[in-house]
Amino acid sequence: MDMSEEVLQQASPGLIPGSGTARAAKPTRLSPSFISWLQAGPMMLVFLAFFLIPLVFVVIVSFWDYNEYQLLPAFSVRGYTDTFEGCIAQLPDLCTIGKTYLKTLKLCFLVWAITLFIGFWVAYFLAFHVKSKTWQMGLSLLCTIPFWTSNVIRMIAWIPLLGRNGLVNSGLMKTGLVNQPVEWLLFSEFSVVLALVHLFTFFMVVPIFNSMIRIDKSLIEAAYDAGATGLQTLVNVIIPLAKPGIVIGSIFVITIVMGDFITIGVMGGQQIAAAGKIIETRLNALQFPAAAANAVILLAITFLIITMMSRIVDIRKEL
Amino acid sequence: MTETTKKGFSRRSLLKGTAGLAGLAAGSGVITGFPYVHSAEPKVLRYLGTAVNEGDDISKQCLKDTGIKIEYITATTDDVTKRVMTQPNSFDVLDTEYFSLKKIVPSGNILALDAKKIKEFDNITPVFTKGETPGGKKIGGQGTAPWKVLYLEGKDSKKFATSATEFVTLIPTVYNADTLGIRPDLIKRPISSWSELLNPEFKGKASILNIPSIGIMDAAMVVEASGKYKYADKGNMTKEEIDLTMKVMTEAKKAGQFRAFWKDFNESVNLMASGETVIQSMWSPAVTKVRSMGIACTFQPLKEGYRSWASGFCVSKGVSGAKLDWAYEFVNWFLSGYAGAYLNRQGYYSAVLSTAKAHMEPYEWAYWMEGKPAEKDIKAPDGSLLEKAGAVRDGGSYEDRMGAVACWNAVMDENDYMVRKWNEFIAA
Repeated sequence: MDMSEEVLQQASPGLIPGSGTARAAKPTRLSPSFISWLQAGPMMLVFLAFFLIPLVFVVIVSFWDYNEYQLLPAFSVRGYTDTFEGCIAQLPDLCTIGKTYLKTLKLCFLVWAITLFIGFWVAYFLAFHVKSKTWQMGLSLLCTIPFWTSNVIRMIAWIPLLGRNGLVNSGLMKTGLVNQPVEWLLFSEFSVVLALVHLFTFFMVVPIFNSMIRIDKSLIEAAYDAGATGLQTLVNVIIPLAKPGIVIGSIFVITIVMGDFITIGVMGGQQIAAAGKIIETRLNALQFPAAAANAVILLAITFLIITMMSRIVDIRKEL
Repeated sequence: MTETTKKGFSRRSLLKGTAGLAGLAAGSGVITGFPYVHSAEPKVLRYLGTAVNEGDDISKQCLKDTGIKIEYITATTDDVTKRVMTQPNSFDVLDTEYFSLKKIVPSGNILALDAKKIKEFDNITPVFTKGETPGGKKIGGQGTAPWKVLYLEGKDSKKFATSATEFVTLIPTVYNADTLGIRPDLIKRPISSWSELLNPEFKGKASILNIPSIGIMDAAMVVEASGKYKYADKGNMTKEEIDLTMKVMTEAKKAGQFRAFWKDFNESVNLMASGETVIQSMWSPAVTKVRSMGIACTFQPLKEGYRSWASGFCVSKGVSGAKLDWAYEFVNWFLSGYAGAYLNRQGYYSAVLSTAKAHMEPYEWAYWMEGKPAEKDIKAPDGSLLEKAGAVRDGGSYEDRMGAVACWNAVMDENDYMVRKWNEFIAA
């Protein structure tokens, strides 16, 4: 028995056949459930320290009071009431917060739908059309190339392209397709969605591709043999089997876009409000409880969307 | 250029040499009973501020003159305030704007400086101490004018004093009179009023800055210029006045007046240089920057006057002992001329005019401060050409510009309400 076996043996008696019985009587033996805790421990601690505890603080602070320059640790729902100020009085018109969330959801939906469409076909191509493993690897690596530069640069690179005197506009003008520069190319919902799709399609490609390469090719052959058309195979075989990837990719894209305010700010010319932007403005005005309240609301909405998605597909079962 | 490099090199190698010798002496044990090499303790000050005052040249010169090493921590105005509130021990010297004082002072996180220890204090321009130009022109005091928040009642007081005391909240460093920047080559007609910002002629080509406390002041200048309303104090509006101002802005936004809003220096430069906007709120050095790219851009004086801002130094409440002495040494050095001249050459103004003047060439002083045509080519601190001989500074002399200030950047009593309304404007 070498060293590693020794360790393994102590940690989990009975794992190595024929060697467990001799030591089983030892009182220092660790219970299997303890071992499981030990194994999950590091991840749990990280999760606790960097996610759960800060989250609890955010929730607590969201119920504090505040003034111009400090937090007042007394229970108050002011962060929330300020956020929804005038929302009932304004009905049936939407108040700022309502409009902002609606806009954020709209952008989120558009980006989700487009990245899903593009991501699905890119993954499909990689998984089913590219036969050689080397090429599959090579082409997936190709997808990561844009990620070699920073997010900000990839985003800002669009500005000289789409601007009033940008490449696209000067091209259009020269070919005589338009007389006036097209204004909605930049600082508009269009440019926001374009930049977000550009930034996040990859997050769709990877999980979907990952699901697709696991699909047993014989299933597709079977569908073909049974006389299914290409479309029928896609709808009845490939899409259902790629669902976990689709859901995971969707969760990536939705959570990122719901919280994004930098891309929306830069590409929208700071004229399009986003849920994340409200939090930033509140922070800048030193209104931490109000910022925390908005963070809690944003989290709740994102959580709701993800719960709904996981209702459609049980990821754990599918994996 | 090579000369400075060489100088820097030799100085550095000299330092290295001395340090090496000292180390050798200490290590060899030759000098017994020598407790400590005092000179080895580095004089370092962590300097928190916006990028305005923070220049490599300034820190290098400071190290050369005083041996104090400045470590810059750069943040936006909002983030500077946030940091003072949440991490007062993360910096030593604070460089911030006077309007932030209404938030910072009550928090008790900063130390007032002692005017007696500031050598040039009595030479600080009367703009700060009396609210008038050296020539005696009265300056508009709407908003958080520096002289309203310059003094504290006592050393640890959280209250602003109404008359001069020994305890100064911020020792002034730099200030300017802001107005609109325009692209004369694309507008092709004279612009003379703030109201032009909302002129439908510039639909989709205007911009203001998305920093609520400053943006609303620009908006108020526009509202007043268009004759819609006259404020008692643009820098301290009532809720009704805020509603009115934001209504005017929201209507313009919905009509597509604005191309984009900007939040930092570079954004404003890019908007203007690329021709996305032709008229917008702008800072003087941003205009200079656009111009140095070879694109026509004017920092347009307007008949309603300027919106001004000013910043200065104080220290964190955690600073004491030797570090506090260095802080005073640094502030005194900053007012002694080199930094002032450097800032003047960028189009800002320095707090002590006499020392800055001594560090500038007469033709430079005449161009930047006296509004005279440039006798020679005007160069930026980095040596690049700003203006050819014969050019005149936009807005004229120091007297003319500072004398025409209408209001100062401010934090209003209704700041909280204003920020919420600003958010609605952005979301509209």
